[in-house]
Amino acid sequence: MQSSGEKREYWKRNLTYVGALLAIWFLVSFGFGILLVEPLNRVRIGGFKLGFWFAQQGSMYVFVILIFVYVRLMNRLDRAYDVHERDEQEDAT
Amino acid sequence: MNVQAWTFVMVALSFALYIGIAIWSRARSTGDFYVAAAQVSPVVNGMATAAGWMSAASFISMAGLIAFMGRDGSVYLMGWTGGYVLLALLLAPYLRKFGKYTVPDFVGDRYYSQVARIVAVICAIFISFTYVAGQMRGVGIVFSRFLGVGINTGVVIGMGIVFFYAVLGGMKGITYTQVAQYCVLIFAFLVPAIFISLFLTGNPIPQLGFGAVLTDGSGVYLLDRLDGLGRELGFATYTDGQKGMLDVFFITAALMAGTAGLPHVIVRFYTVPKVWQARSSAGWALLFIALLYTTAPAVAAFARANLLTTVSNTPYREVPSWFTNWEATGLIQFEDKNGDGIIQYTGPASDIPNELTIDRDIIVLANPEIAGLPDWVTGLVAAGGLAAALSTAAGLLLVISSSIAHDLVKKTIRPSITEKRELLIARITAGVAVIISGYLGINPPGFVGEVVALAFGLAASSFFPAILLGIFSKRMNSHGAVSGMIAGITFTSLYIAYFKFLHPELNTAEHWWLGVSPEGIGTIGMALNFLVAWVVAAFTEPPPLEIQQFVEEIRVPRKS
Repeated sequence: MQSSGEKREYWKRNLTYVGALLAIWFLVSFGFGILLVEPLNRVRIGGFKLGFWFAQQGSMYVFVILIFVYVRLMNRLDRAYDVHERDEQEDAT
Repeated sequence: MNVQAWTFVMVALSFALYIGIAIWSRARSTGDFYVAAAQVSPVVNGMATAAGWMSAASFISMAGLIAFMGRDGSVYLMGWTGGYVLLALLLAPYLRKFGKYTVPDFVGDRYYSQVARIVAVICAIFISFTYVAGQMRGVGIVFSRFLGVGINTGVVIGMGIVFFYAVLGGMKGITYTQVAQYCVLIFAFLVPAIFISLFLTGNPIPQLGFGAVLTDGSGVYLLDRLDGLGRELGFATYTDGQKGMLDVFFITAALMAGTAGLPHVIVRFYTVPKVWQARSSAGWALLFIALLYTTAPAVAAFARANLLTTVSNTPYREVPSWFTNWEATGLIQFEDKNGDGIIQYTGPASDIPNELTIDRDIIVLANPEIAGLPDWVTGLVAAGGLAAALSTAAGLLLVISSSIAHDLVKKTIRPSITEKRELLIARITAGVAVIISGYLGINPPGFVGEVVALAFGLAASSFFPAILLGIFSKRMNSHGAVSGMIAGITFTSLYIAYFKFLHPELNTAEHWWLGVSPEGIGTIGMALNFLVAWVVAAFTEPPPLEIQQFVEEIRVPRKS
């Protein structure tokens, strides 16, 4: 097992990832879909007003992507700090 | 074959499938019963989570709500999906590492306190019963409309099915039936959506058809046509919001945090073998959910457009057959106020009085008929509605049964109980819970709709902060967490009770505190919980050393 300093570093990196991803999460939903919806609605993409699109479509697409990005980042981080779960049969990550 | 025969075939086939799966996957241990022995793959778990999460409300009611709310409907879309980001990033991996059976388990162990455990048990049971009653009601409505049996008979049949696989199979049976139910419900939701999108816009993908040009030769975009029709008939502009921005903000936040704090969702992440799988499983769950949730606003817009063009200004004698079918259930009502025999369907801003009342719940169920789709599609939608209701009900019943058998009996009252007895108690409790929820479905308390806001508000203001602080703050102690939970719950439930039950006549924007509706108050309750917890923890002694080590331990995936 690694030192407590390394563990702290691992945790800090994790918090950085979480913070950055949650900032995007906030921006696309509360930002684009709610607070900035009126100014964004002046922009049109096809039949959609952009603010309306973020509120009823775009934010949800971004949410899905965010989780899978986090999964990848953390899988890599777990291995870099050697805290991933080992198994008899190696897992496909 | 007519609609009723098709519905019967679809429902019977899907029920036979669920029962077959239940027999194949029955539970043999308490581990099987509570968490499917933690042996579920992340994709399967994601699908089961999605089915358990999407209730009768998501399947039957949501698109209808959006069709009548326009842009404001986005509070449900963002609120009920954004919570999964919080779950995946903030809760699921750590709870998986903790690796026990229930949410009260975590609260009780992390805060080394039986009081905390019992507060959590009460919240879990209350939230779950609230929800499950609504599901049983949904089952009854589908049965009575499509199969011509009474609502009560429908509820009893639904109870029988849930009883069979929840009591027999526990989490293991529920997981695999939920996978089947997801397939049924998503297919049933997408098929009519694709057909209607093709008819209206020529684009088979509803998410794109939503923003496409209508095929009626006018060259107008669907959403522009909706805005125009709305204005003409005196309704609000579809792509504009009616609610205050602050309220929309708070409702969305409360639904997000509430989603992340709902026990029947959290417990699903105990069922995968590893921490990284808990993370990815939340991603799969959201992907499967988003498939329905991004289609729903398109369905809403299509249905609204169809409704405004086919019904408005139509002579009553010439209405299509779906109109008269649903009129018979009382969910559509036409009152010819000016006696001209023509349906005037108008909004509050129009000079012409409105003559038509349409229950929002029928939009999804009637959509295939409104769009003139073949009868088997209607049958499929009925089976999908049942799948959505039954899968959610089963997950909730399991939370109730594990809260009582595991948290209350095993962890609090009689720790010496054998596993075999505990499993028996879990099964009996699940059985009793089925019967109680069936009773609530047949005799719904008038406030089922209202208490859903309460369930989310309570989850947001109690579990979410308590679990979050338990993971991210080593300094958080039992005094802080318990007083935070109590402050959050008390504030939120009093606010909701005041406007929903004590003074419903005051439930309008000018009376709300800071303009926050009862649906959004959970956000303030949550902030209050955090604040109280921090202040109290700062003035009381830090948690014991072994608890601080426990927190260190759940933060890394590998067991040390």
